[in-house]
Amino acid sequence: MLSVVTFLPLLVCAVLLILSRVLPDRAYVLIWITAAAVDLALVVVLWAGFDTGGGTQYEQRARWIPSAGVGYHVGVDGLSLPLVALTCLLFLAVAVYSLREHRRVRSYVCLFLFLQTVSTGLFVALDLILFFVFFDLSIVGMFFVIAGWGHGERARAAALKFFLYTFVGSLALLLGFIGLYLAADPHTFDITDLTRAAPLAGRGAYAGLVLLAVGVGLAVKTPTVPFHTWLPPAHTDAPAAGSAILAGVLLKMGTYGFVRIAMPLLPGSWRRYALAVVVVGVVSVVYGALVALAQTDFKRMVAYTSVNHMGYVVLAVGAAGSLAGTDAQARSLAVTGAVTQMVSHGLITGALFLLTGVLYDRGGTYAIDAYSGLAAHTPRFAAATAVAAFASLGIPGFSGFIAEFQIFTGSLASRTTATAIALTGIIVTAALFLTALRRMFLGAARLPPTIPAAGITDLHRHEALPTVALLALATVIGVVPRWLLDVIEPAGRTLAGLVAR
Amino acid sequence: MNENLTALIPELALLGAAVIGLLTGSWLPRRRQCAIAVLAVAACAAGLSATAFTLATDREQTVFSHTFAADTATGIGRLVVLAALLLIIGMSTETVRGHARETEYWVLLLLTGAGTLALIGANDLLMLFAAYLLASIPAYALAGFAKDASGTEAALKYYLMGALLGTTMLAGTAVLYAVGHGTLYRELNAALPAAPYGLVAVGLVGVLAGLLFKAGAVPAHFWVPDVTEGAPAPVAAYVTTLPKVGGLIAGYRLLHQALPGSDLNWPLLLAILAAVTMTLGNFAAFFQRSVTRLLAYSTISQVGYLLMALTVATRTDLAQRSLLFYLAAYAATNLGAFAVVTELPRARSLDDYRGLGRHRPGLAAVLVVCLLGLVGTPPTGVFLGKLEVFSATIDGGHTWLAVVAVANTVASLFYYLRWLAPVFTTTAPAPAAVQAALGRWAAVTAYTAAALSLALGIAGQAVLTLADGSLLP
Repeated sequence: MLSVVTFLPLLVCAVLLILSRVLPDRAYVLIWITAAAVDLALVVVLWAGFDTGGGTQYEQRARWIPSAGVGYHVGVDGLSLPLVALTCLLFLAVAVYSLREHRRVRSYVCLFLFLQTVSTGLFVALDLILFFVFFDLSIVGMFFVIAGWGHGERARAAALKFFLYTFVGSLALLLGFIGLYLAADPHTFDITDLTRAAPLAGRGAYAGLVLLAVGVGLAVKTPTVPFHTWLPPAHTDAPAAGSAILAGVLLKMGTYGFVRIAMPLLPGSWRRYALAVVVVGVVSVVYGALVALAQTDFKRMVAYTSVNHMGYVVLAVGAAGSLAGTDAQARSLAVTGAVTQMVSHGLITGALFLLTGVLYDRGGTYAIDAYSGLAAHTPRFAAATAVAAFASLGIPGFSGFIAEFQIFTGSLASRTTATAIALTGIIVTAALFLTALRRMFLGAARLPPTIPAAGITDLHRHEALPTVALLALATVIGVVPRWLLDVIEPAGRTLAGLVAR
Repeated sequence: MNENLTALIPELALLGAAVIGLLTGSWLPRRRQCAIAVLAVAACAAGLSATAFTLATDREQTVFSHTFAADTATGIGRLVVLAALLLIIGMSTETVRGHARETEYWVLLLLTGAGTLALIGANDLLMLFAAYLLASIPAYALAGFAKDASGTEAALKYYLMGALLGTTMLAGTAVLYAVGHGTLYRELNAALPAAPYGLVAVGLVGVLAGLLFKAGAVPAHFWVPDVTEGAPAPVAAYVTTLPKVGGLIAGYRLLHQALPGSDLNWPLLLAILAAVTMTLGNFAAFFQRSVTRLLAYSTISQVGYLLMALTVATRTDLAQRSLLFYLAAYAATNLGAFAVVTELPRARSLDDYRGLGRHRPGLAAVLVVCLLGLVGTPPTGVFLGKLEVFSATIDGGHTWLAVVAVANTVASLFYYLRWLAPVFTTTAPAPAAVQAALGRWAAVTAYTAAALSLALGIAGQAVLTLADGSLLP
């Protein structure tokens, strides 16, 4: 079942490639929307049949390359199922949003279908090499999206930078995986087996080096300060759909790696170096927020808030490794908050990036200064952006609040100072979003000269539908979060227990 | 003494086809000379079936007073060499069809192929040197096959380098014979631990010089870029692939069988050579404009990764299968890239590939698979090869070398992407005439090689299982 969910988009992609080019552009997107919808429906079925207390479920295990210790092993638990659902939902949203795409549509649709398989596959993978394969292929897919459909020649430079940075990260990750593989007896890359055996327990420096390699690899992808410099150009020059997937799904691969691999497989080292993780998290929170405040480009600003939001996740996973002065409940709360934040950030930032795509489509620029008084011309666009901005800064009633509240509560006891510093990030984020909203949407009407004389058009239906749907789900999680937390909490408890062993 | 000739069917098939081809070719009209190509294909197919039979029935043995070992490494090496020869024959078809010296081309290819097979199985220093000559001399002629200025220069450079290092190798053989009282690896293995340290070192370095020349590793790499650029594209594909298979397996066998007991610190020497080779190859490839030169330097850097397996030859059980698997994956992937270059003879520089993705999506896809494959992106074969080689290196206690290799892998991404980026550019595509296709055979070869490269990554278990057997003394 999980394999079907994972490989259905790839199958559709293969069929589209084999079919001749006779289909009109729109038909490709419609096929894509259908495939994404079917995939989401399958995930809903999976979710309905998911036993919240049952650990890893829907497992499939097959021999793949046994002499290299590599197997095909997939399964979902409370940590991965929400992310799988998020992935399918975001890809469906992006598919609907791309209904008017006219540049090389067949390749575009195929690339995104490929990316969906890769992203889903990463979240369900329970084998380090399988994880790595999808991790690397996500870089390849996104490289082509940015280089092929980004904004001009700059996009190619940004794509190259993105590829080089994240590829360095992925290879560091590979070294760490090999370290884990060689330490296990018998040699294996299987995450479940490695979690059970924790082969590096009590192997001081060696375990520290493996954690360093894995940590750097994941930190580049997340990204945390100081490995974040690929993110702003990649986001600024990517097409809106690519940015939404990059921020909504691909960044989660880094943070998911922490909870799936770094914490349960290297519990001893994770506890020992938890302070370093917390520091990196807090620096990302504050630095991301402050740099976002200084941006004059709306999309770049949103990109930096991603650094800030991912910083909260890193803070939480660091706090979950700090045993002193806290109890198991607080640590599991921090983990739950981290996973909720991943989902929440995916929904809200995905919507925000789609909305910046609308902005670029109308005005041809992301510069905040170029716009003023937009609310008068485009009330629906202004309303959607305002809601997304408020959701992103963590106003109660949206998913971001639920997530950040849990993170802070879970981290406060063990890392009081760090949590206090991280709280300032919320204030800065609030300031920057409110400033940007005021300058772009309020005040005297002034539009960039690139907009045609006929005036600016408001959100079309294919643009409104995905953004509103994403924001609506963020609101639902914000108001009635139990259905999501019921899935995450047991897994969070298990993980907190694994780290403490 | 075991003189079982059936153990040597692949070598004999290639030699026999070469002799028969040379004789028949002299009497065939020019338009019928492609019959020799068919003969060559038949010889490769016969060799492949014989090897498959040997591997399937566990008939490993050493023949002719243990000078030649037909064991696991030989088996896999033969499969790789013969399959690669088939691919090279495929991509050469259009280039040499109707050529005045078509027969000679096929015969030289068969002879150098037979030499490579002999290198793989050589279990004795004199056998090794004879194989070196048989593999090298036809290749010099192939490099100058087009008889143009650049081809002649390439052949001359290749020959001079090969003659110099061949002499060094012979001198090294003589020294090892003097101190080890024998040329068989099993005799050396027994005698070298007690032999004078300095002489063993000199002898080993001498023999390795010849093998490094075959593999195109630093410091014997100077011929690689010139031959790759000057020779016809299929020949370039040949000289950057098969001699490496022969040289590296021969080197592995030598180090593993003759020197495990010696207190010589050859692992460090090879580790340094590996690090320097991969780094130098990568840096030289960075700003190349010509696709063949870029590929030439990329093949040098690949030898660096392969030498990592030799470094830990005696220190970990993973070394052998990682070397053999990486060689198989590298051969398929590298030949795929060269097949694309052969298929587009007028596209010489990176800019000539602008917009290829739109005109020839199939070839562009092959380039994506092969170039990203050479980087080591999953799920291609080289990824699995790198995974195995890195694991072997770390397991063998050379973690620093694995880190250097990782850094180099990242650096290599830069120049492969410099080639891939124009392929998918939509603005200012190159004129259609520049991207004119050569013919069907080269294209089919490119698709086959790319498919093989992917298959090795996804279903690599088949080869890994085969590659685990031990070497015969």
